[in-house]
Amino acid sequence: MTVTLPGPKRQPDPVADPAPDRLRRRRGHHPDRPAWEEEPKAATKLAKIVFLCLVVLAVLFPLWTVVITSFSTQEAITAAGGLVVVPTDLSLNAYQQILAGGVVTRAVGVSVFVTVVGTAISLIVSILGAYALSRPGTLLHKPILFLVLITMFFGAGMIPTYLLVSSLGLIDTLWALILPTSVSAFNVLIMRNFFMNVDRSMIDSARIDGAGEWRILFQIVLPVSKAVVAVIGLFYGVAYWNAFFNALLYINDTTKWPLQLVLRSYVLQGQAVPGAPGAELAAEGVPASLALQMAVVVLAMVPVLLVYPFIQKHFATGVMIGAVKG
Amino acid sequence: MTITQTPRHPPVGGDPRSPAVLRKVSLRTRLRRDGPLLVMAVPIVVLLLVFAYVPMLGNVIAWKDYSPYTGILDSPWVGWRNFERVVADEAFWSAVANTLAITAFQLVFYFPVPIVLALVLNTLLSARIKMTIQAITYLPHFFSWVIVVAIFQQIFGGAGLLNEFLTSRGYEPLEIMTNPDVFILLLTAQSVWRDAGWGMIVFLAALSTVQTEQYEAAAVDGASALRRMWHITLPALKPVIILLLILRLGDSLSVGFEQLILQREAVGAQAAEVLDTFVYYTGVIYGDWSYGAAAGLIKGVVSMLLVVGANKVAHVFGEAGVYQR
Repeated sequence: MTVTLPGPKRQPDPVADPAPDRLRRRRGHHPDRPAWEEEPKAATKLAKIVFLCLVVLAVLFPLWTVVITSFSTQEAITAAGGLVVVPTDLSLNAYQQILAGGVVTRAVGVSVFVTVVGTAISLIVSILGAYALSRPGTLLHKPILFLVLITMFFGAGMIPTYLLVSSLGLIDTLWALILPTSVSAFNVLIMRNFFMNVDRSMIDSARIDGAGEWRILFQIVLPVSKAVVAVIGLFYGVAYWNAFFNALLYINDTTKWPLQLVLRSYVLQGQAVPGAPGAELAAEGVPASLALQMAVVVLAMVPVLLVYPFIQKHFATGVMIGAVKG
Repeated sequence: MTITQTPRHPPVGGDPRSPAVLRKVSLRTRLRRDGPLLVMAVPIVVLLLVFAYVPMLGNVIAWKDYSPYTGILDSPWVGWRNFERVVADEAFWSAVANTLAITAFQLVFYFPVPIVLALVLNTLLSARIKMTIQAITYLPHFFSWVIVVAIFQQIFGGAGLLNEFLTSRGYEPLEIMTNPDVFILLLTAQSVWRDAGWGMIVFLAALSTVQTEQYEAAAVDGASALRRMWHITLPALKPVIILLLILRLGDSLSVGFEQLILQREAVGAQAAEVLDTFVYYTGVIYGDWSYGAAAGLIKGVVSMLLVVGANKVAHVFGEAGVYQR
């Protein structure tokens, strides 16, 4: 997968596009459209608008109804017969309930811990590794690069990994959710590529001034690589936050379940998680379990929505990460 | 699209690290000079050795009759018996068939979607609208599979929004989430919803490299919009399309493990068992560790060959692939 961000494309360039004024002023011709490009037929335009509206709607409508349902009262949900599309009777009950302690609150804590600690470990290991590998010709450069590369082509497999984690005594510890997936060769290589393109003259002059590798990394290379560190950190963070299968594999103790696993058993399998609010529902005024379920879904989306503008910012600035060079 | 490429600013002549000069430097000097870099490499090397390479060795249990009580070292060797059992197992071949069917289906019905999206978006004149639609369509890519499947269940499930609507209008409810016959459609729809917007990025990037002058010259020469698309836009996309196609083929045996394991119970093994879930169920759930490891190893080795082969094909097409020779 590559992550290149397209800047706005085909901006009309007044120098390269010296269209005579009479062409620009053709009736019905969009002012932003290059003069040589014919105005599309009305039917084409309409089809395009309808298509894009449908695409946007397909993404946003499900999110809308999930969010609205999570804020709805039992009465509103019963009246709607399920997911609420048009908000009628809103309340914060579901959120008050799931955040009042108990399984969901604890699971949020577990997920936050795994995400924060995991991302920190992954970033540190990846930055150091990527920098160490950014100078072809250094001692052991090839063998270490090879060691990293091979993991992209051959995964050890689920069962031997499980047996290893188990024999290290990591079952039912949160380290099982962090260490086995802490290094992504792909992310390391993207970073390495970025570091390799850092201006050599800056590094060389720092070295002449007596700076060692550590100082060069932290005072020269990292400050100009903020964008790649931010985006790779995000990739790691989102992966830790979203992972559920390794928890299914390694965590039997339900008190140590991350949010995604609680979400799975609570929403997908419809099980009442032991000790979860909602296990003793049905009393008057208590939000419907559907509102609770949707509140857990929303809770699992929140961190992604929080970092999203940040992702957008780096994408919008056209940060080129890894790959696709034209 | 290579990620192991040479620096954009190649060291000129006097760089002390250029290989030609290196040979004259003694090991001790090199060690003293590169020592800090080696120290920096320690964490990644240790983590990979422990969590990637030790398990690779752990695959020996595929040739043993492993049980948790005897441990890996003391379990008796059984030669190729586990592999023979796997190859003779109909359930294994059914999982292979499902995996390949899903890959093939998604190549036809998922793969072109990001391209079409990118082409349509690329014709928009307003950069702001374009960025907004991109921002919206990327969004689901960052949601976990649990969230995606949960949302689909709430909308298409037995008590979901769609069936609520249908029954309230007096129609029969549709069985979508638990129906093995339409499962492959459901999987593809979920993949499109989650990843098509994100997949569009690389095509938009390729489109942004096309020079406007080319379109202009073609238009002046009388080429219609359709002809310009065919002769300018598509050729610009061709390298990316070929590369992604090859990579997807190399990855044929992996079809979204988390997505499948979440729905295997609801849909049943007949349609939802793929290689990865087969390994999980036989090995971890039924406790036939050596058998699961043998199946997993077959998958790993074949996958590796496919990836290496795919890269070879990429090189033949003159593309860089994921690595360079």
